[in-house]
Amino acid sequence: MAESHITTHAGLAHHFDDIEQQREAGTLGMWAFLVTEVMFFGGLFLAYILYRSKYPVEFAVASNSLNVTMGFINTLVLICSSLTMALAVYCSQIGKRRPLIVFLLLTMALGTTFLVIKGVEYHEKFVEHHIPVRFPTYEFKWEGHATEGVPVHGESSASVDSGRIEMFFFIYFAMTGVHALHMIIGLGILTTLVLMARRGRFTPEYHSPVELSGLYWHFVDIVWIFLFPLLYLVGAHLH
Amino acid sequence: MREHIVSPKIYYTIFIALTVLTVVTWSVAKLDLGKMNAVVAMTIAVIKATLVVLYFMHVRYSSRLTWVFVGAGFFWLAIMVALTLSDYMTRGWLTIAQ
Amino acid sequence: METVAEITPPRTHYLNATYGVKSWLLTTDHKRIALLYLASVTFFFFLGGLFAAGIRIELLTPQGDFVQAETYNRMFTMHGVVMIFLFLIPAIPAVLGNFLVPLMIGARDLAFPRINLLSWYIYTVGALFAVLAILFGGVDTGWTFYTPYSSTYSNGNVILTGLGVFVVGFSSILTGLNFIVTIHTMRAPGLTWFRLPLFIWAHYATSLIMILGTPVIAVTILLLALERLAHVGIFDPALGGDPVLFQHLFWFYSHPAVYIMVLPAMGVISELIANMSRKRIFGYKFVAFASLAIAAFGFLVWGHHMFVSTQSVYAGMVFSFLSYAVAIPSAVKVFNWTATLYKGSISYDTPMLYAFGFIGFFIIGGMTGLFLAALGVDVHVHDTYFVVAHFHYIMVGGTIMGYLGGLHYWWPKITGRLYSEAWARFAALVIFVGFNLTFFPQFLLGYMGMPRRYYAYPPEFQVLNVMSSAGASILGVGYLIPVIYLIWSMRYGPHAPANPWGAAGLEWRTSSPPPTLNFEQVPVVTWEAYEFGDPSENAESRMENRG
Repeated sequence: MAESHITTHAGLAHHFDDIEQQREAGTLGMWAFLVTEVMFFGGLFLAYILYRSKYPVEFAVASNSLNVTMGFINTLVLICSSLTMALAVYCSQIGKRRPLIVFLLLTMALGTTFLVIKGVEYHEKFVEHHIPVRFPTYEFKWEGHATEGVPVHGESSASVDSGRIEMFFFIYFAMTGVHALHMIIGLGILTTLVLMARRGRFTPEYHSPVELSGLYWHFVDIVWIFLFPLLYLVGAHLH
Repeated sequence: MREHIVSPKIYYTIFIALTVLTVVTWSVAKLDLGKMNAVVAMTIAVIKATLVVLYFMHVRYSSRLTWVFVGAGFFWLAIMVALTLSDYMTRGWLTIAQ
Repeated sequence: METVAEITPPRTHYLNATYGVKSWLLTTDHKRIALLYLASVTFFFFLGGLFAAGIRIELLTPQGDFVQAETYNRMFTMHGVVMIFLFLIPAIPAVLGNFLVPLMIGARDLAFPRINLLSWYIYTVGALFAVLAILFGGVDTGWTFYTPYSSTYSNGNVILTGLGVFVVGFSSILTGLNFIVTIHTMRAPGLTWFRLPLFIWAHYATSLIMILGTPVIAVTILLLALERLAHVGIFDPALGGDPVLFQHLFWFYSHPAVYIMVLPAMGVISELIANMSRKRIFGYKFVAFASLAIAAFGFLVWGHHMFVSTQSVYAGMVFSFLSYAVAIPSAVKVFNWTATLYKGSISYDTPMLYAFGFIGFFIIGGMTGLFLAALGVDVHVHDTYFVVAHFHYIMVGGTIMGYLGGLHYWWPKITGRLYSEAWARFAALVIFVGFNLTFFPQFLLGYMGMPRRYYAYPPEFQVLNVMSSAGASILGVGYLIPVIYLIWSMRYGPHAPANPWGAAGLEWRTSSPPPTLNFEQVPVVTWEAYEFGDPSENAESRMENRG
């Protein structure tokens, strides 16, 4: 911390004493940001908990109409992308530039795959009129589902309320939409990282951007780890 | 504090664990366990999230301050959910004479 | 210590280091960003004040004669939105906090200077949305945006205003994040946590609320906007939604937001009381932890805004009890401030006048808060002028008094100039009188049953309403006077010494105004906070300094 100690590292900003202090600040800042993200998604989770406990039957039936296979594949895709991201961070720590770029690109490819699958799902919902909006040209419609009438945990679901079904889809689109937005932002960040890595900006001493982006990417993965069972698996036991 | 480098071996192990747990959560969800379905699904999700936080996000090797921040985030979320539900859960307690 | 005759301002400092509009709009210097914020929040303070003026003119007479009911609804809504989101929340943290946090901890800047600048731009964009909403006719839902009125029935610019609040929220999050990281990682050598000024503790606690609470209002407004756009009902009971869920989510942020507004003011008051009575603050650790306790407890009490919604009475009891608990750390602060005054060498310069005002108003505002926290009493005075008076005693009497006190106290540091002490004391007096005349009658009105948010009222309430409007005009004049003499001092005021008050604290150990990197060399702290020597000796040196 002494003033005489002058670090001449390219990545060191003028107001920090040394690269260690800068790294510490960056990590703490990222974690503080992730705390705000937890609270941001938390509001959506609260709405989910409340309405699921109010309308258990409709949530199970509506959830059953989602494409579980695609949700499952997407979960695996995201877990893979977390692995490649973690390996990218590892490569930046030991200073291997080429594998770093490869892993970053792999992560981006997996992230894009996720979004494409998500897009296919959204399109399916659009065709089925399951997007919860009421516009003159397009309206939410619920035309029944094979699982209606199957008892949900002992409660008969003979008559489901289409308004409550719509609530499920509203929450589904709000949650997955905000999540997808985070993925898109993540892809933007990864693009920047690739460009920086190509210019050789990262060294074993200075690679905070990779590390911090990794934290963000893993966080987005965690959100999905919760979304998958909460949205796709609620009605999986209905046959 | 010097940075701790996690070996790729650990990453692969965690990756396999996460994949297995994903398969498990889907398989269990197909059985009708009543209320236990939600409990099992959430337990598995929490385990998966914890693995990601501890190993992929290096919290296991991080300072105590990081632990506090991670904990605070989830604790505050719990406060929000718990106090809100304290309203909804207790509404039926008061029976009004007709 | 320097004497008046020797004062020569430093040749280069942060204000004249670079010139031109670009050097300001692209600056990453926390001190310049603080000044950008100062200009913005001052503008919105007076804009919000204009709406208040409209409200008070309408309420001069019992009939609705100045404006129509619809217009009146829009006026009080815009008053609330502008004052809360664009002035009170950013005022002290983004202006004084931005300027002082690095100076007080001996750092060269905040941890993320570019994010700091970004936060000002985000604030500006958000504010622009709010201004556009006003130009398009405003919004009439009240600043609380209660559903389903806001999501389904209101014909105001709910989405545009909501977008403004949403965006401004992110600027607040970034400021909080920056403070937290800075305070954790950038303290000068030797500056341990318990040597920090209490201003820093207060800002740390505020920042915690900012990062934990603000995202929730963001997601709430997002849901509200989606509901309004797509006509689906997450909050609309007609469509299967639950309007009380909106209130829960809204107040989960908006109650702690009250502490975002008042905690920094408490930090300012701690500085003023200790330094202006030249004593170490009584019970330093208690005051420091009281800030954290208020921030934490502040998150547990939001349900007291919802006693007359359909909230369960059992939850109401819990929230009522917890609301009482917040009074404990608040009272600890008040007791410790007054105990600090005891046998202190007190000076009655302008900042101290504001500090005294703060303590008095905060006691009144806080005690009436206890009335409202009581379940039974709240049912009686809910949504009356009693509530309006209560929170104005906290926000205007607390936050704005703290803000003005702080602004006067650190003005010599910020600008390097001294303002006219006589005018400043006069303005403080005018504000004190005007404030009480405006808001005290409102306690009586509320107690007698006058509801808030109505543009007409029964004739028997007129006398008190006229008193309130008269007070508001005095208050308005009181707020304009400082604008004049402070701007005047920037050009014509005498140069300020590095430490005009003879105060403790690192910010006074650098020149006024400070150099761009704050200190010529990194300070090494070997003393405790508020360490003063013999009071009598210090009083003499202060006399010399002030001339």
